[in-house]
Amino acid sequence: MKRRGFFKTSLGAGIAAGAALSLGRYNRVWASNGTGAKYDLVAVMGGDPDEMFDLGIQELGGMGNFVSKGQRVLIKPNIGWDVTPDLAANTNPLLVKRIIEHCLKAGAREVYIFDHTIDNWINTYRNSGIEKAAKMAGAKVAPANSEKYYHEITIPTAVKLKNAKVHELLLETDVFINVPVLKDHSSTRITCAMKNAMGIVWNRGYWHANNLHQCIADYALFKKKPALNVIDCYNVIAKHGPQGVSKEDVVQMKSQILTTDWVAGDAAAARMLGIAPEKIDYILIAHKMGIGNIKLESLNIKRIKM
Amino acid sequence: MTSAFLRRLRIVFSAVVLVCFIYIFAEFRTLIQPEYIKYLLYLQFIPSIIKFIDIKSLAAGGFLIVLLLTLVTGRTYCSFLCPLGIGQDVFSRIGGTIRKKFRRFGYKRPHTVVRYSVLVLVIAGTFIWGMYFINLLDPYSIFGRSILFFIKPVILVLNNFLAGILGRFDNYALHHLEIKGYNLMAYAIPAGFFILTGLLSLTKGRLYCNMICPVGTFLGLVSRLSLFRIKADENKCTRCGRCSVVCKSSCIDFLNHEIDVSRCVNCFDCIYSCPDKALSYGFIGNTREEKKSDESRRRFIAGSIMLFLGLSGSGRAQERGIPVPRRESTVKEEKNCPVSPPGAGSISDFNNRCTACGLCISVCPNDVLQPAIMQYGLAGYMQPVMDYHKGFCQYNCTLCTEICPTFALKPLLPEAKKLTQIGKVIFIKDNCIVKTEKTACGACSEACPTKAVFMIPYEGSLVIPDTNQEICIGCGHCEFSCPTVPYKAIYVNGNPVHQASKKPDIGKPGVSVPDDFPF
Repeated sequence: MKRRGFFKTSLGAGIAAGAALSLGRYNRVWASNGTGAKYDLVAVMGGDPDEMFDLGIQELGGMGNFVSKGQRVLIKPNIGWDVTPDLAANTNPLLVKRIIEHCLKAGAREVYIFDHTIDNWINTYRNSGIEKAAKMAGAKVAPANSEKYYHEITIPTAVKLKNAKVHELLLETDVFINVPVLKDHSSTRITCAMKNAMGIVWNRGYWHANNLHQCIADYALFKKKPALNVIDCYNVIAKHGPQGVSKEDVVQMKSQILTTDWVAGDAAAARMLGIAPEKIDYILIAHKMGIGNIKLESLNIKRIKM
Repeated sequence: MTSAFLRRLRIVFSAVVLVCFIYIFAEFRTLIQPEYIKYLLYLQFIPSIIKFIDIKSLAAGGFLIVLLLTLVTGRTYCSFLCPLGIGQDVFSRIGGTIRKKFRRFGYKRPHTVVRYSVLVLVIAGTFIWGMYFINLLDPYSIFGRSILFFIKPVILVLNNFLAGILGRFDNYALHHLEIKGYNLMAYAIPAGFFILTGLLSLTKGRLYCNMICPVGTFLGLVSRLSLFRIKADENKCTRCGRCSVVCKSSCIDFLNHEIDVSRCVNCFDCIYSCPDKALSYGFIGNTREEKKSDESRRRFIAGSIMLFLGLSGSGRAQERGIPVPRRESTVKEEKNCPVSPPGAGSISDFNNRCTACGLCISVCPNDVLQPAIMQYGLAGYMQPVMDYHKGFCQYNCTLCTEICPTFALKPLLPEAKKLTQIGKVIFIKDNCIVKTEKTACGACSEACPTKAVFMIPYEGSLVIPDTNQEICIGCGHCEFSCPTVPYKAIYVNGNPVHQASKKPDIGKPGVSVPDDFPF
């Protein structure tokens, strides 16, 4: 009888655990739809990157609105370039660190960081300061240097980018938080939230060779969308982007934009550089494809000045 | 000394040296700093001579230490410091486990004609034609290439296997590394020597070192004067012949109690093997028989040393000019000069100093350094050349210039490297995506670290690349990033002599700090 009892108990426990698990997943779906947030977009100005994030995320109802207990979170900053943080070609490490801390505080089981870098990845991870900051905050810094880490996906509704290979962590994690840095861009004029996804895929060259603007918008159709975009506009490369040549290219805007809609995020970011969002093809294309909203006037925006 | 201590010391010491060498040639990027590698490379004989002739400073005097060591102790270098020699000892041991016969050597007559012919050919050939023979026969470089071409891939496979297992447990301590390989033509010589040294050492001990290796032969000559040697006590010796059987150099004539010091590599196996303790290593003293070491031989040795010293200086003095042009089959990419690595100064200087050891190729974090086939002409075969289809030169990286043991690549500070123009950018508008597809691209300009490639207005809202060669440093990031196939729309043509580039254009952007949200 004892043995039978054990089986029963374990069976029961198993069912309960399974139920809890599935319930957890449903919770995530609701949470990532952003039902808890009062605003479509929160913009903060005048503080340090980490302080601004504290305020911004609070306005969006706290990180608990996006990350629930036990979930695995992917934070995707821009770590593309082998430069120091003051040159602003990569996301600010302080900001990355603070976002990780919020995720872990909200109960995330694991937080991952990666980027498919342009310069040598070991150097960019190190010299950007992001690897150190992320590890200090308790995240796992994952490699993205080999095609081995990428898996084939399809985007059926896309115009040009119908197939792509994306990093396995994007597919395996429960929540995707996009943390781009706003920069001038020699070709697309600005690079920000949607273009940051070029560091998730393996074959960037395909995008360049097959209508870059359309591919950027196409990728944004992929079903694994960012639950939150945190746009780093603290130090902004306003000339010679996206890499920058010297510190002279950097304008200290001390700003940050948080939004669940990356089209709106890019639109607001374009304005920060004094460019009308409609002038940037990929933002307009994405808007027309229904990925997000370019019309900032119709959004519920919270503006905070510190 | 008759104890087994010397042999044990040799085994431990050489094992450490070998592991370090394999490590730096296989995959060290993250673990060993370049400054430590210098200590390892300092004593490598031929690289040290080439570097010494170039900088004329004791900072490159490793070969003098080796000469001194040889004059005092004999060919200790060959067993303790030469990675190729140590590697062959490992092979010999493996050979012994395959077949006992492979480890039973016995006395053999020296290959006098072959070994001195090779030595003379290398020295004379280098004077007359340049670096061909040094590149082929420098033992350190042969070892380097063997590791780079054949051992490194095995290590990478192991690494990737372990990284895969760790990855399953969510651990990223190791990461997957692509095994890329090189142009197949580059494998011919390394494969030939890997097989030659491998097979000879597997079955015949140190035959390669005593028949072909020019450094072995040269140090063999020097060691004829050495003060410390292995000697046999005729009173204790029972002529059992065990020493002769274990001698990897086959240099012990036990019947006559003669040990050929020019071939003995001081492995000390014979001392260990002698049951009667008749063999010992020690000061030759006054009793040494010098029937062979006559005046003319001494003069020959002194002459050889001078020859070695004068060697690469003369190689440099030759007018070599621009290497054989390499033309692409299309009119569109007219790359008529290869791009030599930063720190090379000029292609001709570089070709005359590089021994093609492959260390820079191995350490290059971006795999832009590839073994040349005929880009530099025959003399530059296997020397590193910048291949912008494989990678690009990282703007602030100077690793290859820091580790080069021969100073073929001279150390460059990052600031200097960023202003060293190794080639110039050339844009082919007719290949460009912006023109052919009428869509945005700009991959080249995005990648350019100095903005020597920038975008100018084209049709409608499109922008198209334009170039400023004055501030281009030839890093090749544009060429690497350009997505067009089969021919690139932008490429770098090498500078036969490296030039100084102008500083990039620096100026404030037109965007100001917004006072308020512009939305």
